[in-house]
Amino acid sequence: MAQCGIREYAAKKLLSKYINEYSSGKFQYKDEVALVTPENSIETIAEKSNWIKEKRLVVKPDQLFGKRGKHNLILLNTTYDEAKQWINENMGKVVEIGKTKGPLTRFLVEPFVPHSKEYYIAIKTEQCGDKIFFSETGGVEIEENWEKVKEYFVPILESIDIVNFSTVDETIREFIKALYKLFVELDFTYLEINPFTIINNEVIPLDLVARLDDTALFWNKDKWGDIEFPTPFGRTFTKEEQFIRDMDEKTGASLKLTLLNPKGRIWQMVAGGGASVVYADTVVDLGYDKELANYGEYSGNPSEEETYLYAKNILDLMTREKNPKGKILIIGGGIANFTDVAKTFKGIIRAIREYKDKIKENNVKIYVRRGGPNYKQGLALMKNLGEEIGIPIEVYGPELHMTRIIDIALKGERDETAI
Amino acid sequence: MKQPFSKETQSIIYGKQLKAVQRMLDFDYISQRKIPSIACIIDSNGRGIETAFFGSEEIIIPVYNTLIDAAKYHPNATVMVNFASYRSAFETTVQALDISTIELIAVIAEGIPERKERIMGALAKEKGKIIIGPATVGGIAAGKFRIGNTGGSVENLIASKLYRNGSVGLVTKSGGMLNEMFNIIARAADGINEGIAIGGDRYPCSSLIDHLLRHEENEEIKFHVVLGEVGGKEEYKIVEALKDGKIKKPLIAWVTGTCAKIFPTEVQFGHAGARAGEEQETADAKNIALKEVGAIVPDSFDGLFEKIKEVYNNLKSQGITSKIKEFTPPDIPIDYKKAIKEGIVRHHKEFITTISDDRGEEVKYAGIPLSQIIEEGKSIGDIIGLLWLKKKLPEYATKFIELVIEIVADHGPCVSGAHNAIVAARAGKDLVSSLASGMLTIGPRFGGAIDGAGHYFKWAKDNELAPKKFVDEMKKKSTPIPGIGHRVKSIRNPDKRVELLKNYAKTYFPKTEYLDYALEVEKITTAKKENLILNVDGCTGVLLVDLLKSIGFTNEEIEKRINAGVLNAFFVLGRSIGIIGHVIDQKLLETKLYRTPYEDVLYTLPKEEEL
Repeated sequence: MAQCGIREYAAKKLLSKYINEYSSGKFQYKDEVALVTPENSIETIAEKSNWIKEKRLVVKPDQLFGKRGKHNLILLNTTYDEAKQWINENMGKVVEIGKTKGPLTRFLVEPFVPHSKEYYIAIKTEQCGDKIFFSETGGVEIEENWEKVKEYFVPILESIDIVNFSTVDETIREFIKALYKLFVELDFTYLEINPFTIINNEVIPLDLVARLDDTALFWNKDKWGDIEFPTPFGRTFTKEEQFIRDMDEKTGASLKLTLLNPKGRIWQMVAGGGASVVYADTVVDLGYDKELANYGEYSGNPSEEETYLYAKNILDLMTREKNPKGKILIIGGGIANFTDVAKTFKGIIRAIREYKDKIKENNVKIYVRRGGPNYKQGLALMKNLGEEIGIPIEVYGPELHMTRIIDIALKGERDETAI
Repeated sequence: MKQPFSKETQSIIYGKQLKAVQRMLDFDYISQRKIPSIACIIDSNGRGIETAFFGSEEIIIPVYNTLIDAAKYHPNATVMVNFASYRSAFETTVQALDISTIELIAVIAEGIPERKERIMGALAKEKGKIIIGPATVGGIAAGKFRIGNTGGSVENLIASKLYRNGSVGLVTKSGGMLNEMFNIIARAADGINEGIAIGGDRYPCSSLIDHLLRHEENEEIKFHVVLGEVGGKEEYKIVEALKDGKIKKPLIAWVTGTCAKIFPTEVQFGHAGARAGEEQETADAKNIALKEVGAIVPDSFDGLFEKIKEVYNNLKSQGITSKIKEFTPPDIPIDYKKAIKEGIVRHHKEFITTISDDRGEEVKYAGIPLSQIIEEGKSIGDIIGLLWLKKKLPEYATKFIELVIEIVADHGPCVSGAHNAIVAARAGKDLVSSLASGMLTIGPRFGGAIDGAGHYFKWAKDNELAPKKFVDEMKKKSTPIPGIGHRVKSIRNPDKRVELLKNYAKTYFPKTEYLDYALEVEKITTAKKENLILNVDGCTGVLLVDLLKSIGFTNEEIEKRINAGVLNAFFVLGRSIGIIGHVIDQKLLETKLYRTPYEDVLYTLPKEEEL
């Protein structure tokens, strides 16, 4: 996966745990931050963490989306009781952020710290090095004040000590260096603290966004602890998507399913990660994006049973609601390296045979294209299946390029629309 | 810029990827390379050699356990194909960058952290070397060099004309799309010259533009095909190069991932880098930017074929295509194992077995799976029945076999078998040698009487010799009857072991005709001398014959088994238990070397004049 967003809570935990070490003891950040979830109420947390009841608090959702102030989702300078009530009112509430909707389920609680100075810092990665953005006037208006943001570059093979921070106040300079070391050592790929302030060498990050490189888990197991990589906000899974996700987790093969429009008439079951994207692209590029029902991929040599269950899942979804114009199933793929095409088709064939009546009722046309070891045998199996159970199945091999079956399938569409 | 691949390029394979090795050599063969593209293999677990086929000829490939050694002995190897796992790929790649003879490294592993990746990439640039990858299958220089598994099966290499160079330089992000692109280019144009997949990570060590600029300088390449991907901004470097006139050859480009816009939330496709963080990184934005600066961009992936065909035909009409020497690539001989599997060849077996089979899920004894034998609570007697006699024995038979084994298991340290084993153990020999030393004394005089008794009593009984006649015949031949006679035991002081065997057989065997016959003989011999009793060997021998008969073997079948040593085998098996015991005993006692004292040897040497 690589770059994965983490919760503000998790990032602040890492900061409190390591900033002292990476600043050689100069800075600290008190471990006063809590995450309220449906399973871990603010009352439970208060039993162990006295500060929650003693201090004025800040409360906000912590679900990988920003602009919480603009959505009126921050409670500032509040008491424990008010915070408790506010969380209770908002827990589970569905909100709309940008294009996505989802329920609120995670709230960050931390002490409210009155402060005068607000700094901005962001560190991001590029191919040749890391970029540090710093401003003495941080806060919500950072974009309006972007001309005040200074940019520094640390080449990937160099240390931060070569960077000239002469215009930056010494304490802040040392903090930037420490934060950068933490960024590097803990394999962050993005870190933005806006704003933060420093009072008596106590770091106070007021708002923070972070991503980690999850491929570095092997090296960071101990440092990261039990870190969570949450799914993006608003991403919930249907029963069928979850079924495929569960199957995907259990096998060495790769099985993916995203439902785009369950009422769509074009369904896809494509072998290979790269190829599956190209098939979906082509449907969209040919102007049929509204009809594209799903994005689906199977690869990495799934077993016959796995392809059977995968195909069954898709056939079930696509035959639930009839459409007078009928439907299209694309069983596509590029030219396999070493996967036995005939073998992977056997599971799909079993599923089609099982669903033959529903396929007929829904007037589904099937288009197959695949190459690679044993593809001729695989295509012959599909062709014979079509003849045997009386379902239109067109098969193509490498003599036709990969996406052309979409054009062929849609050509029928276009002609029919013309009539 | 020097081109990294030629028909002479040789490589070091990091990791014991023997299938990939064979695939590279198969490519070499159909490409009519004179020398194999592989110089050696590095396997951190050991050194030595591996063999693989170069056509139908088998060649030796040296295996080293360090890169230093491999490079020292193969300074002509300029490429390293690094199959190390994501955990060790960084260290091994950085090490290879330090070796002056290695110019290009292909890193196959997926899941290397981005920071490590960026460091590798920067180090390579600093040293003027090329890294392809990570997270890629690699690439192929048609007719020259194949990286690992690129291109798939031999059939596909031939179908996509990868065994000889075409005019097209191809660079993609996705390794999975390479085969499809090879196919499209072979059909729409004259095939690829070189096709590289840079890998799907966000910060690949070499980017699309690096290879494009290299291809721009390669005179055999007449035009470019690029397949980019949503996410990252690398494609903008191509835009810049087109603007600056650094790329002059026609360039056909397509960026995949145009469907990302219809996904409900931000989507991460299979590749780590395939995620658009901002508008500029979307496939649409990149396609438009490329088109604006003169790249040939179709309306969808589906239009690539026609665009490639157009450009190719156009160049061809101007005479700007590679001069290709067409030839029919030689057939790769089919692997023997594959041919056997497909039933194409047959051959005579060197060995035959009828008792056990270990080829399936689990071992079978005489056709019965071991787990079934265990589940049914079978005993060692049942297993002897299956493996020695290929029969499921009734309980009285298995119990009898176990009784025999128990009875013959040991007979003290003084008998020749135990004695020899003890002497060997005291000489410091290991368990197996000491056991063998003891077992080797089993023969006609020690333990062998079971066989002899079975054989003679059976012969006499089957030929209906009256017991008296049998005794007389044996006397005439001056052969002592095997199984008759004991050093101390006699008719009045019977051997307990014989009593046990006799009682068991009388109680449980359906018939004991050979025992009955032997007892008749015993009556005659003991009448002559009290200690000429049917001894334990004799009793065991005749009862085993009775047993074989009762479980359904014919006379002839029994004789065959006696001749094969089946009766003796019960003694051998049983006694090995005792001998092992003696050996272990001596080891634990740490007894010293045995030397026979002089006083136990009678020295009588011939006098010189007698010689």
